[in-house]
Amino acid sequence: MKFISEYRDPELARAYLDEIRRSVTREWSIMEVCGGQTHSLVKHGIINLLPEEINMIHGPGCPVCVTPLNLIDKAIYLAEEKGVILCSFGDMLRVPGSKKSLLEAKAEGADIRILYSPLEAVNIAEQNPDKEVVFFAVGFETTAPANALSVVHAKRRGIENYSILSSHVLVPPAIEAVMEDDESKVDGFLAAGHVCTIMGTLEYYPLVERFNVPIVVTGFEPVDILQGILMVIKQLESGKAEVENQYSRIVSEEGNPAAQDTIFEVFEVTDRLWRGMEVIPMSGYKIKEKYRNYDATIKFDVNIEEAEENQECIAGEIMKGIKKPFECPNFGAKCKPENPLGAPMVSSEGACAAYYHFSDLIAQ
Amino acid sequence: MCLAIPGKIKSVEKKFDGMVRMAQVEFGGIVKEASLEMIPEAKIGDYVLVHVGVAISIVNEEEAKKTFRYLEEMGEVDELDIQSMLPDESEYKNNS
Ligand code: SF4
Repeated sequence: MKFISEYRDPELARAYLDEIRRSVTREWSIMEVCGGQTHSLVKHGIINLLPEEINMIHGPGCPVCVTPLNLIDKAIYLAEEKGVILCSFGDMLRVPGSKKSLLEAKAEGADIRILYSPLEAVNIAEQNPDKEVVFFAVGFETTAPANALSVVHAKRRGIENYSILSSHVLVPPAIEAVMEDDESKVDGFLAAGHVCTIMGTLEYYPLVERFNVPIVVTGFEPVDILQGILMVIKQLESGKAEVENQYSRIVSEEGNPAAQDTIFEVFEVTDRLWRGMEVIPMSGYKIKEKYRNYDATIKFDVNIEEAEENQECIAGEIMKGIKKPFECPNFGAKCKPENPLGAPMVSSEGACAAYYHFSDLIAQ
Repeated sequence: MCLAIPGKIKSVEKKFDGMVRMAQVEFGGIVKEASLEMIPEAKIGDYVLVHVGVAISIVNEEEAKKTFRYLEEMGEVDELDIQSMLPDESEYKNNS
């Protein structure tokens, strides 16, 4: 058994694997929603250790991967044409826009800065009063409080040359979209632990009831994932569909109320286009009217043309679990992490990049 | 980018005219600033999960240490050191 000895608790990992093998009587498809979990599943060879009956589907859970082409183009446009200092997280650098990536724009001279935290962008705005500073605010619910907080800080500190380009996406509506898609056949979900640190677990009860599908809130380490899978399998095998919390050492039912208050101080829920998928109703955050001066799409005229997605990329089918990365004709040939055709090949949390880096750990 | 990394609160100060509680948090040798506004009860010596500069929950010491060790082995704490995430010159050339 490759790699198991390297796990935080190899004995426990083995016990969970044995128990999974004993419990499975038929084929089941389980989707992990979080890209961190995809990365962990592949990197640790868990995919190969699971019994054949279990098909892991790598969901749309990487906010970098699902950020629409048009928003990347807008970010580049702001940096190049409007002369703003554009700040973002490092993961966004290589994501291809319709013409270039932020990295290429940076190499051509645009002032693009990689930050650890959006709060640092507010400081940059304060230090550069004659410049506009825009933070490219991508992320799931986990990142929303920090991005919202940067706006709250800017307002409180009277900093007016700061705004954000918001590209927030939400997990529960994505689960709903996957379940409503006729082509996808997901039997159970691992929900993302760190998202639930903020939002708690209550949002998942209506989904479980409506779709009769087990949802287990799960951490991202190998043992967490194995335990989460086991919990889903036990429910499926006994015909149950419930919300369970594998990650209760970190996640509480109600989440973090102060973080939720901060999110809803600044943001409200809106429809959002997911790259590789479609517009999912009520699946993202936009800035409230009250904070319109901090919304880069209002502050600057960024109505640039909607660009076509690369037709050769089948990211949508991959994120819905219809195909695996190996089944994409471009995988590893025309499409590599250094020169990606689609977003799932860019971020280390995207399914295609994970398969590319650790292809020797996955049976093809 | 979605991971939260556990670290220990070394010091706490009020910033921006006393409006905001900010902490210096240590992650295995690297010290970073983090906002404590989402967990007002946090104090010096506590271990907290920090995500992009904001502490989002308190964790116990043992859990924090195990998780940090795991993340470090996996190379997942690189984002604390932004320089390490920037591509080197050769990559710029390949891409352009
Ligand atoms: S391998 Fe590349 S082209 Fe194929 S689906 Fe993945 S990102 Fe798209």
